[in-house]
Amino acid sequence: MAAGGGALIIASAGSGLPSVGLVPRWLTTASHWTGRHGLLVSLREHVIYTVVAVLIAMIIAIPIGLVVGHTGKGSFAVAGFANAIRAVPAFGLMILLYVLVSPKIHFHGSIGWLVPRGAFASLVPVEAMLVVLAVPPILTNTYAGVRDTDPAVTDAARGMGMRPRQVVMRVELPIALPLMLAGIRSAVLQVIATATIAGFLPFLGGLGYQIFINGLPQINDPNVGYPAMLGAALVVAALAGVADLVLLGVERLIVSPGLARPTARTRLLRP
Amino acid sequence: MDHIPGTASRRIRANAVVVRRSDFVIRFDSVTKQYPDGTVAVDGLTLEADTGKITVLVGPSGCGKTTSLRMINRMIDPTKGRIWLDDRDIATMRPDQLRRGMGYVIQQAGLFPHRTVIDNIGTVPVLLGATRRAARRRALKLLDQVGLPANLAGRYPAQLSGGQQQRVGVARALAANPPVMLMDEPFSAVDPVVRVQLQDEFLRLQGELGKTIVFVTHDIDEAVKLGDQVAVLRVGGRLAQLATPRELLAHPSDSFVAGFVGRDRGYRALGFTPAGELPLRGETVVRLGDRLDSVAARATEGWVLVLDEHDQPQGWLAASAASDQGGAVTPEMLNLGGTLAMESSSLREALDAALSSPSGRGVIVRDDGRLIGTVTASQVLTRIEQERSAVPLAR
Ligand SMILES: Nc1ncnc2c1ncn2[C@@H]1O[C@H](COP(=O)(O)OP(=O)(O)OP(=O)(O)O)[C@@H](O)[C@H]1O
Ligand SMILES: [Mg+2]
Repeated sequence: MAAGGGALIIASAGSGLPSVGLVPRWLTTASHWTGRHGLLVSLREHVIYTVVAVLIAMIIAIPIGLVVGHTGKGSFAVAGFANAIRAVPAFGLMILLYVLVSPKIHFHGSIGWLVPRGAFASLVPVEAMLVVLAVPPILTNTYAGVRDTDPAVTDAARGMGMRPRQVVMRVELPIALPLMLAGIRSAVLQVIATATIAGFLPFLGGLGYQIFINGLPQINDPNVGYPAMLGAALVVAALAGVADLVLLGVERLIVSPGLARPTARTRLLRP
Repeated sequence: MDHIPGTASRRIRANAVVVRRSDFVIRFDSVTKQYPDGTVAVDGLTLEADTGKITVLVGPSGCGKTTSLRMINRMIDPTKGRIWLDDRDIATMRPDQLRRGMGYVIQQAGLFPHRTVIDNIGTVPVLLGATRRAARRRALKLLDQVGLPANLAGRYPAQLSGGQQQRVGVARALAANPPVMLMDEPFSAVDPVVRVQLQDEFLRLQGELGKTIVFVTHDIDEAVKLGDQVAVLRVGGRLAQLATPRELLAHPSDSFVAGFVGRDRGYRALGFTPAGELPLRGETVVRLGDRLDSVAARATEGWVLVLDEHDQPQGWLAASAASDQGGAVTPEMLNLGGTLAMESSSLREALDAALSSPSGRGVIVRDDGRLIGTVTASQVLTRIEQERSAVPLAR
């Protein structure tokens, strides 16, 4: 609703778009970064929403993906479920969850620096929505990584006397890791992009706050509205880029060099 | 890697013996396996794989070799019958423990792509509770035993050739020093030259280790070469014949076995008599660098054998080609045709050496490559005739 209204306002701004040149100035103004409603606070909130959602999604998706991939049971359900969720509109889901769930939450305190006073009832539907979005890529990729493990390798593992759990943890998981991490990366990007709508709910922020709550209503002021919206969007993009780089770094660290890169230089063992 | 102090290697050995150390005879007692779809893969198999011996299961594709082998480590459970490890019914043993006491090698090697060679080899010791260090120390030793250089230790499987992967597979199966080895076509994925190398080294290794081995192949030559006893299976999973390789070639039990063993089985049976027992003829020889005009006088039937300074045969020189020239004997003049047979090799190689030699005389050398003498094809055949009359054909 609000997003639709925003589009109208932008369209009616009429005579050409506001100067893009104002965006850098907006971004480099120190007072826009600091303070209770500054970019830094929004950024921190955005990261928290993202990390919490992705962690919960991993806790749900990875074990299921491993088990389904290992046993082969339920693979049909996994594929159907993932496809169905891709069709769900994020904004609608968030509002629906807010309407259904928030009235039942009677906790209004704060949780350390993570959740400010009063925000919990809004945060739950947001996180639930983000988790729903993040689960499918992680789940399907984990499952695919395990299923694609060479059967000769798992056969050898069992034949050497590994128990099922050991086969999963010592063989299938490390081999599935590159695909699994690719799924996590795609989940992170999607969550970072979608977490911008969190600001529509009471007590919540995130970078979407700068776009929808701060920028959008002031769209007719060329010095504040448009630069704030585009500037915050750029920060979202930058955050996504940094997150992706970090995850690539993690991948380099934890994926065995023996996987996927047969021509990689021989890594000498540390004694 | 090579300066790891010796800490827990004793622990590996103590733990390795999950299977109780005694004789390690594997007995199939009327074992039948019917898959859920109705396929009878193995039908009433009764068989004994002896301690310290290589039992080969051989037969055409789909005859149930893999199924039989995998029932031994309970990767598959029989529908009927029992399999005994000594006096214990393996159905009463925990599969993972049973398997840790049996080396298992498969055709595709099945190495862990995410682990280095050394950690692949150390897998079972680690499962049995050895420290990583101890397992790596043991792995380095095994790398050497299977004929791989220590600098492969840090590589990943994708960085190895097929033959090297197979060796690592064998080393990995041997790592916990299991008394029993199960091998499913371990050498069939490599080219013929590498296969022969692997087979030879496998036999040498078995000579040192004396494991109870059940070995699956569809290659009758491999079966005859490696087996102490050979079980020929026919499609439907029935045992057609159980015999020593020699017996199998001499007396196939029926037309199926005879057909499977192949048309040239008489020729292949020559593989069982050493060439060293042949009557050898001394040769008058020349050496590289000798004067060419001395050649004609020393030639027999137009050919003279040329040696180097270590008494190792280099090739044949035609007397006719040499007589009218001056100068010395050089390697370029030699006819290199003709394989050498070693003293320890078989009549088959000796016959081949004779048949392929330009002079008609097969060259027999010591295992260090020095000349012993020569032998003609007819001498080899005479020996074969004697052999046949000495060992009566009837059992
Ligand atoms: N899981 C299974 N389900 C149903 N039938 C099977 C299964 N595994 C094997 N079979 C069938 O059992 C028979 C024996 O198979 P097995 O793999 O033991 O043969 P093999 O002698 O090892 O053949 P190959 O030389 O081709 O490896 C074949 O007819 C095969 O199709
Ligand atoms: Mg097979």
